Amino acid sequence: MQQIFNFLIRNKNNILFLFLLALAIFFTIQTHSFHKSKFISSANGLTGGIYSWANDFDTYMHLDEYNKRLLEENKKLRNTLTNLSDTISVENHSDTSSFEGTYYFRTARVINNNYAKPNNYLTLNQGAANGIESEFGVITSKGVIGIVDRVNNKFSRVISILNSESRINAQLNKTNHFGSLVWNGKNPNLVQLIDVPRQAPVKEGDTIVTGGRSLIFPAGIPIGSIQDFTLDQSESYYQINVKLFNDMTNIGYVYVIENREKEEIRSLEAENEQ
Amino acid sequence: MNSSIFKNIIRFVGLVLIQVLILNNINFLGYINPYLYVLFLLLYPFNSNHSLFLVLAFLLGFSIDLFEDSGGIHAAACVVIAFVRPHLLRFSFGISYDHQNLRLSTTPFGARLTYIFLSILIHHFILFSLEMFSLNHIIIVLKKTLFSSIFSVLTIILSLAVFSKKYR
Repeated sequence: MQQIFNFLIRNKNNILFLFLLALAIFFTIQTHSFHKSKFISSANGLTGGIYSWANDFDTYMHLDEYNKRLLEENKKLRNTLTNLSDTISVENHSDTSSFEGTYYFRTARVINNNYAKPNNYLTLNQGAANGIESEFGVITSKGVIGIVDRVNNKFSRVISILNSESRINAQLNKTNHFGSLVWNGKNPNLVQLIDVPRQAPVKEGDTIVTGGRSLIFPAGIPIGSIQDFTLDQSESYYQINVKLFNDMTNIGYVYVIENREKEEIRSLEAENEQ
Repeated sequence: MNSSIFKNIIRFVGLVLIQVLILNNINFLGYINPYLYVLFLLLYPFNSNHSLFLVLAFLLGFSIDLFEDSGGIHAAACVVIAFVRPHLLRFSFGISYDHQNLRLSTTPFGARLTYIFLSILIHHFILFSLEMFSLNHIIIVLKKTLFSSIFSVLTIILSLAVFSKKYR
């Protein structure tokens, strides 16, 4: 017994080192497995608070640009609205719950944004107290940003589209051929659309939009345009480089999308599986 | 003694804040960031308790990880350089380290550069290996290690030069 204690005391630094290293590597592995990083995220009171404090200043410096973006978006929305009023017909609502649409939008501000690492996350200044939950979609007026993955009371963390774990269903705007949107970790302006069948009429410059097959994003939200494409090794699927409409290095304000019918669709799908 | 503890606490908090609020947003040429916060581990009193130093290194890396959402990669890299620091000191400064009266600002420039550069190189290599977490990207890891190391060493030497009076 004495010898064991002596051994422990003599090697206490080595043991401490191994313990701390193991702990750090454990945390690292946990973030690499999707939806498991329980302990560490920037969506906590302390780091969120510091980020939001520092971001107030940054937002102030960019007010001009954010205003311009809002004007652009307003212009676009006004144009669609005027054209819509001619064709609109009176909708019949079966009950009050259908007054509100399927999707509900909330606004939030990005207080922390990474884009230079292989796995990037964003932090938003809204959390569970504002009704945000995990698996809500995040977009700007220009296109898709990512998916909320961790929420605390005041802040939430978003898996950026620039994350090797992120897979978003996307399709060609012209036809309904769809694939998955992934990122190879190299260029923050380029993401990759894979598994698009060879029959699809892919052309450079065509627009890629969200597919609507996932329960997170509504269909038809713009993502980017096709920069170039190649066939994969089996020569039956395209691998497409998509240039994002969003400048991921400068985001500012975002919309968080809630799908109100998610639970119903889920339960229906669960019934089907049984 | 108390003033030394106080100074190290200030340095800890200050370097973490500078790192996460300013330096992590540089992204020079797309991916190069200087990691100045390692300076805390380089300057930490050489003759102090090694166990405490290991724990502090872990906490330092861990606080950077919290901000960066990077799991434990900074913590791992920091703990490793804290563990090998005595060997690095002996290698760089030779006999004078064993006399325990060494101060970084009074050492010859060549030895100081060796010490800083080796520590940064080890730290960055572990950091980027764990960040990529795959052997297929070893070239990118080495590239990032080299370029970021140069940038970090420059930043550290510059800030040492600027604050040299303070740390004497």
